[in-house]
Amino acid sequence: MKAIVLALALTAAAGLMPGIARAQDGLTTTIKDHKFAPAELRVPAGKRITLTVVNDDATPEEFESRALKVEKVIPGKSKAVIQFGPLKPGSYKFEGEFNSKTAQGVVIAE
Amino acid sequence: MIGALIIVFREVIEAGLIIGIVLAATRGVHGRGKWISLGVLGGVLGASIVAGFAGAISDAFAGRGQELLNAAVLGAAVVMLMWHNAWMARHGREMAVEMFQIGEAVTEGKRPLTALAVVVGLAVLREGSEVVLFLYGIVAGGTSGSDMLLGGVLGIVAGAAFTGLTYLGLLAIPSRYIFSVTTILITLLAAGMAAQAVQYLDAAGVVTVLTDSVWDTSTWLPQSGIVGRALHALMGYNERPSMLQVIVYVAVIASMAVLMRAAAPPRKPVQAI
Repeated sequence: MKAIVLALALTAAAGLMPGIARAQDGLTTTIKDHKFAPAELRVPAGKRITLTVVNDDATPEEFESRALKVEKVIPGKSKAVIQFGPLKPGSYKFEGEFNSKTAQGVVIAE
Repeated sequence: MIGALIIVFREVIEAGLIIGIVLAATRGVHGRGKWISLGVLGGVLGASIVAGFAGAISDAFAGRGQELLNAAVLGAAVVMLMWHNAWMARHGREMAVEMFQIGEAVTEGKRPLTALAVVVGLAVLREGSEVVLFLYGIVAGGTSGSDMLLGGVLGIVAGAAFTGLTYLGLLAIPSRYIFSVTTILITLLAAGMAAQAVQYLDAAGVVTVLTDSVWDTSTWLPQSGIVGRALHALMGYNERPSMLQVIVYVAVIASMAVLMRAAAPPRKPVQAI
């Protein structure tokens, strides 16, 4: 419960900050036990996308995707906001570089 | 253990290549060992600080702190590399003549090693902070920690060996060509860093124009592999560069050439030695 309230508060705070394209789609994925959930994200093609990555593990992770041109370190027990796109329709893989055996995911633009 | 070794090695080779090139570019210059060691030391210290404040940096500037810091670090390194090449264009010839006349000792203290020491420091800082965070994660993770930690440490050792190989490889070049070769390498290095900075500015939402990929060679030469990674560090190879990245890459090479020409002393007849 506490975690949910905290997550909501953090999301609200991120939305209020200037400069970030507002996360109106509320796209979020969470890293837990070195896995992404959800691991498959559907986004509209041709639009700038803002994705919030929550790292629920105690260890840091590097969110990396050559296809999305994103590389971002996310410390343990924290979250990061990532921007990418506009994308052409297709699928774009991403991974957690520090635990790439399990931390795999894909963005599908359509 | 092997997994940890490979991850750390991949992070370390980029800084390793840069150190190798800087070592070759400063061959025969007195005091270079001290300056480059200072650069590495400062970089490691900076990397630890950046890793320690990773959370705060990430949250800064409305969640764009990490991207902006990376872009700034790369931008500063590009400026330093340009300064170095311009200085060499101005003084390189007279230095070569003096070296020939009086011997190598004369170069002592005459060459600004600060610029290259800063470049080394920035390279170590950028790659090193990720290594520090990764190793910290292993230690914090607990299970099988010591085995993976050993792998991480071996990865750093392998990276250092790679630096040595780069240096020795460049040393094999005859000394009358070494200035030209290192000048070209430093130019490509700067162009690649500038293109990389563009990617971070895009990720930060600062510059989001001309983002379409010009080519896609990810199946032929993936940037995640060792060769792709080395080429990326060496000359800014990118498997999917945006139009803006290509433009900036070419622009940096062009401005470096213009800058060096402008800095070069007017040609005067060289006296017979």
